Amino acid sequence: MNQVITPPAPKNSASKGRKWRWFHRFGSPAWVYRFASNWAPRFGVVAGVLFLIGLYQGLVVAPPDYQMGDSYRIIFVHVPSAWLSMFSYFVMAVAAAIGLVWRMKVANITARSIAPLGALFTFCALVTGSLWGKPTWGTYWVWDARLTSELILLFLFIGFIALHDAFEDRRTAARASAILAIVGVVNLPIIHFSVEWWNTLHQGSTVTRLDGPTIDSRMLSPLLIMFLAFNFYFAAAVLNRLRVSLLDLERKTNWVKELVHG
Amino acid sequence: MQPSQGTGLGQAMIAIARRDLLISLRSRGEILLPVLFFIIVVSLFPLSITPDPTLLGKFGPGIIWVAALLATLLALDGVFRPDYEDGTLEQLALGPHPLSMMVLAKSVAHWLVTGLPLLIISPLLGILMQLSALGIKVMMLSLLIGTPALSLLGAVGVGLTVGIRKSGSLLSLLVLPLYVPILIFGTGAVHAAALGLPYSAHLMLLAAFSLFSLAVCPIASASAVRVSVS
Repeated sequence: MNQVITPPAPKNSASKGRKWRWFHRFGSPAWVYRFASNWAPRFGVVAGVLFLIGLYQGLVVAPPDYQMGDSYRIIFVHVPSAWLSMFSYFVMAVAAAIGLVWRMKVANITARSIAPLGALFTFCALVTGSLWGKPTWGTYWVWDARLTSELILLFLFIGFIALHDAFEDRRTAARASAILAIVGVVNLPIIHFSVEWWNTLHQGSTVTRLDGPTIDSRMLSPLLIMFLAFNFYFAAAVLNRLRVSLLDLERKTNWVKELVHG
Repeated sequence: MQPSQGTGLGQAMIAIARRDLLISLRSRGEILLPVLFFIIVVSLFPLSITPDPTLLGKFGPGIIWVAALLATLLALDGVFRPDYEDGTLEQLALGPHPLSMMVLAKSVAHWLVTGLPLLIISPLLGILMQLSALGIKVMMLSLLIGTPALSLLGAVGVGLTVGIRKSGSLLSLLVLPLYVPILIFGTGAVHAAALGLPYSAHLMLLAAFSLFSLAVCPIASASAVRVSVS
């Protein structure tokens, strides 16, 4: 990790030219603020429309399962939450690593903005999973491999937030929690597989299989729509949180003052 | 603890490990307390669950492993905190040798002070928990292979939290989830042995995890220490 302490690359090196310009723009809080303000509402609208379509199709159009009846319909919330819980940890770790290596303020607060959302999705996946477990497995909680690794993921998210907020200095907080996020992302697959070998009750995957999905297409399409809806919601929510954090962080700068006063 | 111009890396590492060991040996509580804690925690379980020998034999390995995790955690703060407070850690970070190797030496010293005593006392607890002779042997093997990873991973957590004043519960929140694979493979080996199944796969996975930690954790804890002393 010695590279970390070498001086960061110059922010506006002209030699690298156009290729990196898009990346450097993300180093400017004002630009990112405008970007987030433009895109967050659009993503939000797309998410809302997709939610309506997906929920209608999932709850009304899709047929009941021959084994689980109507209770399976919770997958339209459960599966996207579980996916996003892991995806958001990954995105958070990547953002934190970018912040650690290139000392990018925006990347640091992106990571911190994602953390509570990730924890929320993890919590949703746990709650919907246990509600689903009651009619299908006969109990709210089993020490099933995937439920257990979701629980540990929740602890990792909470640990990230707790460590970040324990520091007073913003930069130290960002760097320390970035290291934790990277250690966590290396460990997550190991934890996942160790728990998988330890105990499993969870049904196997039915969507991503080499021999094609084993799920009815009338169930699959609302699932995919809900999946997209969740992802758009995630993007909109992250951008919104980012906007607020950026304003807070940059409250003493001119662009925020101009924005607020006129 | 300033290595002079001519000190080699190996010499410096040995010097640091030796110094940490001496400090721990001279304040005897540091070695004895985790071991006592380990014994007390384990002996609480028969009182709270059941003294039934067959059930204890089943729960024993898990109880002993969890107690070992907690005992390691208890002593973890000592790896960096005293050195952080008197400035030694800063000197190490500024020194000529790679900080990751210095941190590794400290982790080794931590293992010798906590992991090794736990390992030595564990057969006694195995007997208290009604484990079979084979169970005790496999448990000792799993502790021998797994506890170094506890010290190495723990050093990352301490490195991150040493700059925070009251970090005890935060440290456990950060470190315990990362200990899950060690716990699973460690107890898995003992359970497999108790059922008469081959247990080497668990031990090998545990060894893989420990070796991986050996390669990666010193780097991570060195950068964590750098963040904390900066």
